Amino acid sequence: MTATAAYQVTHLDALEAESVFVMREVVAEMERPVLLFSGGKDSIVMLRLAQKAFAPAQIPFPVMHVDTGHNFPEVLEYRDRRVAELNLHLVVASVPEALASGLVRESADGMRNRIQTPVLLDAVEKHRFDALFGGARRDEEKARAKERMFSFRDEFGQWDPKNQRPELWSLYNGRHHPGESIRVFPLSNWTELDVWHYIARERIELPSIYYAHEREVVERDGMLYAVNEFLPARAGEERFKAQVRYRTVGDASCTAAVRSDADTVEKVIEEVAATRITERGATRGDDRVSEAAMEDRKREGYF
Amino acid sequence: MTTETLAAADAAEAARTGGQAVPEARPMDLLRFATAGSVDDGKSTLIGRLLYDTKSLFTDQLAAVEAVSAARGDEYTNLALLTDGLRAEREQGITIDVAYRYFATPRRKFIIADTPGHIQYTRNMVTGASTADLALILVDARKGLVEQSRRHAFLCSLLRVPHLVLCVNKMDLVDFSQEVFERIADEFTAFAAKLDVPDLTVVPISALKGDNIVTRSASMPWYEGPALLHHLERVHIASDRNLVDVRFPVQYVIRPQSTTVTDYRGYAGQVASGVLKPGDEVMVLPSGFTSRIKSVETADGPVAEAFPPMSVTVRLEDEIDISRGDMICRPNNAPAVAQDVEAMVCWMDETRPLQVGGKYAIKHTTRSARAIVRGLHYRLDINSLHRDESVSELRLNEIGRVRLRTTIPLLADEYRRNRTTGGFVIIDETTNRTVGAGMIVEAA
Repeated sequence: MTATAAYQVTHLDALEAESVFVMREVVAEMERPVLLFSGGKDSIVMLRLAQKAFAPAQIPFPVMHVDTGHNFPEVLEYRDRRVAELNLHLVVASVPEALASGLVRESADGMRNRIQTPVLLDAVEKHRFDALFGGARRDEEKARAKERMFSFRDEFGQWDPKNQRPELWSLYNGRHHPGESIRVFPLSNWTELDVWHYIARERIELPSIYYAHEREVVERDGMLYAVNEFLPARAGEERFKAQVRYRTVGDASCTAAVRSDADTVEKVIEEVAATRITERGATRGDDRVSEAAMEDRKREGYF
Repeated sequence: MTTETLAAADAAEAARTGGQAVPEARPMDLLRFATAGSVDDGKSTLIGRLLYDTKSLFTDQLAAVEAVSAARGDEYTNLALLTDGLRAEREQGITIDVAYRYFATPRRKFIIADTPGHIQYTRNMVTGASTADLALILVDARKGLVEQSRRHAFLCSLLRVPHLVLCVNKMDLVDFSQEVFERIADEFTAFAAKLDVPDLTVVPISALKGDNIVTRSASMPWYEGPALLHHLERVHIASDRNLVDVRFPVQYVIRPQSTTVTDYRGYAGQVASGVLKPGDEVMVLPSGFTSRIKSVETADGPVAEAFPPMSVTVRLEDEIDISRGDMICRPNNAPAVAQDVEAMVCWMDETRPLQVGGKYAIKHTTRSARAIVRGLHYRLDINSLHRDESVSELRLNEIGRVRLRTTIPLLADEYRRNRTTGGFVIIDETTNRTVGAGMIVEAA
């Protein structure tokens, strides 16, 4: 704690205290929580907060990775190392396995963002998870700006934005019937800049792709995509090398990089503070579908 | 407001602050505020202005709003679309729910709970105000105070929001008239005097033109107070917290199942009020057992003291049976241990009203109980403040004074003394929905 004056705390301490409170509420009140861990910066920060909430005890819940099969190798390596260090149980909800078993079918555009949802819901049902921690933040997207910290989902995993439980003071209502569940967003009140300030303060290691590096890319819809096995260059697209970094880490076939020279956490903070475009707007092909792309996916049970 | 006018303010703002809150030069603190008012009062324009001028509004967000505005045939960029995130809201041109917005200056991080003015204003306003340090009420200078302004002020006082700011907006449309401003300010001040409003500030602004938002307006030299953002950055909130009454609701008992850490038993929770220090004599409720604090710990090590809003783990000298829902306090300063509770209740369920004899679940601090409604003394008309004693139920968005009997004792303070140990929510046991919010007036 870095007190600004007598009995005052900084904004990062206040955010941390709130997130820790939320995580403890879930573990105290719910039966089978799980933390959604993508290897992205927000889920990594969430994992740190979970350590803080239960120290010196172990984190008392497993983590789950919804694996689209389109992964950045740096991120998978990070995931496995971190899970081993913290002695966590990792559940992998695998889209490739679901494709093989016929649970889902590949979408026409080859993007796997949308077909993640049935795979996630299937794993939730199989493991009977009743609370899922997600790293979503309200500053990311306008549908999320209206979502509760404890977000109720019906037995189909669906979010009903017009029928949300009022959330007063710090009294969270996690009551649900069997089969229903709660998505919990401990980072609701954090911004992208808060997350980076916290990563700097806590000296949290991230997958290397968050920092500037040289990569072969193509330009598509005004965004830079890495050329890889999941995302081959299309006819007429020019491949070129650029100094880039990732602001978000998602499915490797629909997550774009941004031009950047920020190769340290301090430089990233400067860059994020100066940027005038949202991280999803800059890097996510999947959010460009329509005004309500995120809302529609959440209604279907997306994160 | 157009992109051009915003861009002009942008240059001025950049000159003032030298850019956004880049690495923490000095520690920033956090201010949560609720905004109340309707689209007609220019609330969305004001929020858009604050976000834009602090560089918290992004070009892709603005471009999306401009495109939708143009497609709908709006005459100006409708910044309400920024906060109206849901499909139904954009289609119907209404705001359904509380939206949370974020911006920061080098001094402070701000969380705005933006509550709609029309639809279900009471439920949303009460929700937004419950966590707010400050509430910002907007009125149109041409119209002056309207019924809605009084309602908002009343709800802020009911929820004990410590700071209130009245923004008299659209001053440009009344020729920046000092007389108009003072008439509205006087009328509001007189009304607020009848309520419990500890701190009131009135600012004449034009959200559209940017007057008195970030910098003091040259058009209103007669106004000697601060610009709005200046006030938001500097309003003193540290004293709002109760540092006197030690209240530590036990949230979770940490007992590592490990071979390396043995015999560890810590009580995790967030300090509701007061200051906890190692060596302090404490009492645990409801048992009444006493002990001393052995240590106050965080994952980063022990701390010398804990105060709100810190989340910590408290360890005691003696082995006492303590579980979630218990409260650590001081032997000579304890909350009531009460099963009979008098409270102001705001009803939030559209499907079924609160009825005398009704049974509900309630959540108060970290404690859950069941309760029966023993009596409904009156319903409050929030426009006239008239008490209607003839009612037998409370419907959606109605507020009344209620007597409850709980299955287990609550460890409760009056809401006016402690917003954390004085507030509770009412949950329907069948639907599991949160159907009401309660503020304790008396617990025995």
